Amino acid sequence: MTAAAEPMLSLSGVTTAYGSIVALRDVAIEVNRGEIVTLIGANGAGKSTLMMTICGSPAPREGAVIYDGADIAGMPTHLIMRRGIAQSPEGRRIFPRMTVLENLRMGSEVIGGQHFEEDLEKVCTLFPRLKERLAQRGGTLSGGEQQMLAIARALMSRPRLLLLDEPSLGLAPMVVRQIFSAIRDLNRTTGLTVLLVEQNAYHALRLAHRGYVLVNGRITMSGTGADLLARPEVRAAYLEGGRH
Amino acid sequence: MAQAGFPAIVKDAGLAALVALGVGAPLLGLQTVPGERGLDLVTRPGLLLATVCAVFVGRLLLGLFLANRRSAARSAARRAADAPPRIGLTPMQRVGKMVAPAFLALAVLMPVLPGIGRYEIDLGTLVLTYVMLGWGLNIVVGLAGLLDLGYVAFYAVGAYGYALLAKFFDLSFWAALPLTGLLAAAWGIILGFPVLRLRGDYLAIVTLAFGEIIRVVLLNWTSLTGGPNGMSGIPRPTFFGLPFSMSGGEGTFAGFFGLEPSPIHRVMFLYYIILALALITNFVTIRLRRHPVGRAWEALREDEIASRALGLSVVAVKLTAFATGAMFGGFAGAFFATRQGFISPESFTFIESALILAIVVLGGMGSQLGVAIAATLMIGGFEVFRGLDEYRMLVFGLAMVAIMVWRPRGLISSREPSVSLGARRNVGAEHVAEGKG
Repeated sequence: MTAAAEPMLSLSGVTTAYGSIVALRDVAIEVNRGEIVTLIGANGAGKSTLMMTICGSPAPREGAVIYDGADIAGMPTHLIMRRGIAQSPEGRRIFPRMTVLENLRMGSEVIGGQHFEEDLEKVCTLFPRLKERLAQRGGTLSGGEQQMLAIARALMSRPRLLLLDEPSLGLAPMVVRQIFSAIRDLNRTTGLTVLLVEQNAYHALRLAHRGYVLVNGRITMSGTGADLLARPEVRAAYLEGGRH
Repeated sequence: MAQAGFPAIVKDAGLAALVALGVGAPLLGLQTVPGERGLDLVTRPGLLLATVCAVFVGRLLLGLFLANRRSAARSAARRAADAPPRIGLTPMQRVGKMVAPAFLALAVLMPVLPGIGRYEIDLGTLVLTYVMLGWGLNIVVGLAGLLDLGYVAFYAVGAYGYALLAKFFDLSFWAALPLTGLLAAAWGIILGFPVLRLRGDYLAIVTLAFGEIIRVVLLNWTSLTGGPNGMSGIPRPTFFGLPFSMSGGEGTFAGFFGLEPSPIHRVMFLYYIILALALITNFVTIRLRRHPVGRAWEALREDEIASRALGLSVVAVKLTAFATGAMFGGFAGAFFATRQGFISPESFTFIESALILAIVVLGGMGSQLGVAIAATLMIGGFEVFRGLDEYRMLVFGLAMVAIMVWRPRGLISSREPSVSLGARRNVGAEHVAEGKG
């Protein structure tokens, strides 16, 4: 197997627990270079736990998290995040009292503020709304703008792997489409690898190359986005009757 | 007054004063008093003048305040435009811009102004000590958002550090000063480690305990610190090796410069030392805010999880905040020791920590100018109301409640962005923390 064919990120046998409550059991997923992979599941299925496990907070109790050929399981979070992984966390978590510009600056701090101006230009092209609001406080942005800012902030460190935790949370359908199309553009033009955690299964599966379904801390199904979308059990559980 | 410029506001205030003069001249300026033969007419120009002045100033302030509000509303409306809006300064901000340099000039010139005696300079020194302590604590509380109720511990470490270094190693103030800063910073890290995982109330309780532990140790370690008797005979600072002595001999400050020996020389010298130390604190803080370290402190205050997700080491960020804040507390402590010549644990009680924290909170967390103003008002106020004896605390309690009701985020509650493209704009008060640690 050549280096290029190796997955960028692979989890195997990962079990994560909060005290005695086991949130993930024997999870194995792979994310290849240049792919958009989505992880769908209901509330409390363990999607965000999986995302946080990759980031090392909490660290997995068992199993390996191989990123770029190295096992990062058990490493401190800030060191994992310095290896070219960036995260747009659940609930956006932008810095509300800092300006949009300062938020973006914090994103580029991990690479020492290198090519800040250049990357600022790029994220402003990707999300023109942010350009208008650079001097504004993060907390005064609308929900959609805050999500754009969270993604833009993550991009400022020029990550090779972007982790997106529920970017559609609480947003209007039109804004969701806008954000998902930005992610697609980014993946097509720069080949950025994306791992997307979503409750909004329809949009996520249409966007992603491949997807995994997480139920009660276990992976129950996997396949290409279109493949999963067509499966009756996915349709029944996550699409029909559910929110779109 | 569409654009509400400064001249228009002054003109408006002048008009109001004129009206006050017209109305007040017969009503206030003239008074009838019972005389020997009926009523006598007495003129009261003083009262009239005071009233007219009060009306002028009041109207002026009102005008500035309204113009400020209007312009804030305008800038909010303009935010929708696509070009990044360049907002002109409001009259209030223009006045605000001059406050800091005016304060600085006053502070530098204060000891040589006519009518300023030893008492005033001593008071100024005390105020500046608290300004410096406030700025030091501001790093921990205002910027990094770590509520520290035991800041006085670092003040004590600095003071005792210098006293002990002078006693056992015969170090002068200037040689010991950097060491006391390092010592206090080391204690900052020692305190920082166990509280890394704590936030808010829990952190406050542990830091409170830490402050008390230091004080109790100083009180009971009689063989080293003299216990409740304190340490005396702490050497005074020298002017490049020249002591301030009343003998006026060859090797003294007065003798070297051919001056009449006077105790005021040392008082003024101490004043300028603390002024310089305070300004260094301010300068370092301002520079750090624009530096990745300072931005990391602010990011930590805003959201710890997001900070970690951006690759910040929360351990390093918290410890640098504790150490930097503690270092300035240590410098202030060494200064306190050399100024007093005598220290005892009584000077480092919890009430001191509370006072410094009150200065930071009242001033507006994170605002350098606000802290300076609050320190001046608090410490100066303490002196002014000395005559009220025990009612003094009552007055202060009321004043604090009033400020917190009127300006819940402190006197100066806006924060200036640390990164900007083109025009700077302050971050409005409504998004600065409200009573949040």
